[in-house]
Amino acid sequence: MRNTRVIALKEFKSYLLSPMAYIVTSIFLIFTGIYFSVFSPAIYFETSITGFLEAGVILLLLFGPLLTMRLLAEERKMGTLELLLTIPVRDSEVILGKFLGSLAILLVMLGLTLYYPLLLTIFGDPDPGPIFTGYLGLFLLGSTSLAIGIFTSSITSNQIVAAVVAIGILLALYFIGFAAAFLPEALGEVIGFFSMSNYFPDFMRGVIDTRGVIYYLSMMGLFLFLAIRSLENSRWS
Amino acid sequence: MIRVENLTKYYGERLAVNNISFNIEKGEIVGFLGPNAAGKTTTMRILTGYLAPTRGNAWVAGYNVLSQSLEARRSIGYFAEAVPSYGDMTVRSYITYLATLRGMDKARIKKRIDDVVDICHLEEYIDVFVGRLSKGFRQRVGIAQAIIHEPEVLIMDEPTVGIDPRQVSMTRQLIKDLGKDCTILISTHILPEVSMTCERVIIIHEGNIVAEDRIENLSSLVSGTRRFRLEVEGPTKAVSEQLRKIEGVTKVSYAGSQYTVESTAEQDPRGKINEAMVKGGWTLLSLESVEMSLEDIFLKLTAEEEEESDQ
Repeated sequence: MRNTRVIALKEFKSYLLSPMAYIVTSIFLIFTGIYFSVFSPAIYFETSITGFLEAGVILLLLFGPLLTMRLLAEERKMGTLELLLTIPVRDSEVILGKFLGSLAILLVMLGLTLYYPLLLTIFGDPDPGPIFTGYLGLFLLGSTSLAIGIFTSSITSNQIVAAVVAIGILLALYFIGFAAAFLPEALGEVIGFFSMSNYFPDFMRGVIDTRGVIYYLSMMGLFLFLAIRSLENSRWS
Repeated sequence: MIRVENLTKYYGERLAVNNISFNIEKGEIVGFLGPNAAGKTTTMRILTGYLAPTRGNAWVAGYNVLSQSLEARRSIGYFAEAVPSYGDMTVRSYITYLATLRGMDKARIKKRIDDVVDICHLEEYIDVFVGRLSKGFRQRVGIAQAIIHEPEVLIMDEPTVGIDPRQVSMTRQLIKDLGKDCTILISTHILPEVSMTCERVIIIHEGNIVAEDRIENLSSLVSGTRRFRLEVEGPTKAVSEQLRKIEGVTKVSYAGSQYTVESTAEQDPRGKINEAMVKGGWTLLSLESVEMSLEDIFLKLTAEEEEESDQ
């Protein structure tokens, strides 16, 4: 646990020293801000953060992998993986540490958007329930996106490849939900269970669907597990 | 302290280490000698837990490198050949980071950092980003992180490659000093280094151990050969041809008017060399017997490989 914390802290500091986290956060804030204020269909009709959430989902799918692509691919490329695998630290501690480090950036990113609901509270009377669950959903979805990004970063030494593959997986997981509508009902329903887009609307409406929570948590667990195995596997190359 | 038994490593189809076994006792400084791609780095990477062997077993400080990997890694300090380091950290934070992950507490790290900075002469660079350092200084940082936890076993992969001569001698002295308290396995293809720093040498070639002995005993390994150096005034081709014909001569090589002749130990071809030169009407300017140096032994033992790798 101590090692995980030490690695997480190191990764967090690395983020603060490199431009990527700042760029990603800025773009995230700009676009969610625009959606929150201008393009939201709900503008002036309801005091909600739906516009921000809808934009946030897509942005997190695209930006999560940009944040994580460096985490292991760079270690592999620069040879520092040799350091990391020869000090007395478990592979799982390495992966979890890096995951928590990137999670901290996600939290900062989401934290910076808290002024949207704050504005709503100042100028109106929003329902706090959907805001809270919306943030929870966004956090779960963002974490899943990071976990998938860490997995793809662990299988290559090329950061671009890591990011592209992760975005591919994420978009596929997101859009199969829409494809499910065109399929025979039973099949569509089964496929719908695996879709990221299937669960998010509930969170936006203010419902904490345990199926959704479990879905995101198990996706996270699965891909972190795969990342650990891929790290282990590099010893047997 | 280090025990290797029937270790084999394949990279896909390519055999890198072929069924090697050796033992290193506590407190020994052992040189791991071999040409490039001989299997030195692979063996070291298996010992340090970076790679898993295809077959065979290895123990470091009594711990199996596979089944007790964490314990084994805890007792090792490792200097990797490529000197991997995080460029975005300062020397201090980099060393502290690795030391913390090695389980050292704050107070001990603080004390030891002062020690290793002193040993490796890093005083002025302690707060410089590692990425800004020259290769030589990165190398020192690499050594500093490998010894900060006072490991029982120190594994160093070519620690003196690519640095200036002054630092090379500093590094060698450092290895000697460290050897008082810990067991050291150091790989190199620089021969004088081995005779300067090590007590024992393991020569590896194409994944096989071709020789393993104390340095002073090694020459007996190739005692089947004697070597002579001569200088002759005459047509090179004809002279070397004549030299080859002499009984007992196994090898002739030349550069300009200098010739090197090897013969079997039982024969002394010097009289016959003289005769042949006179017969050919050439002038023998000098003729001397040459002691085999570690370099010669090494070349002898790895001769085939050298020729291949020249291509």
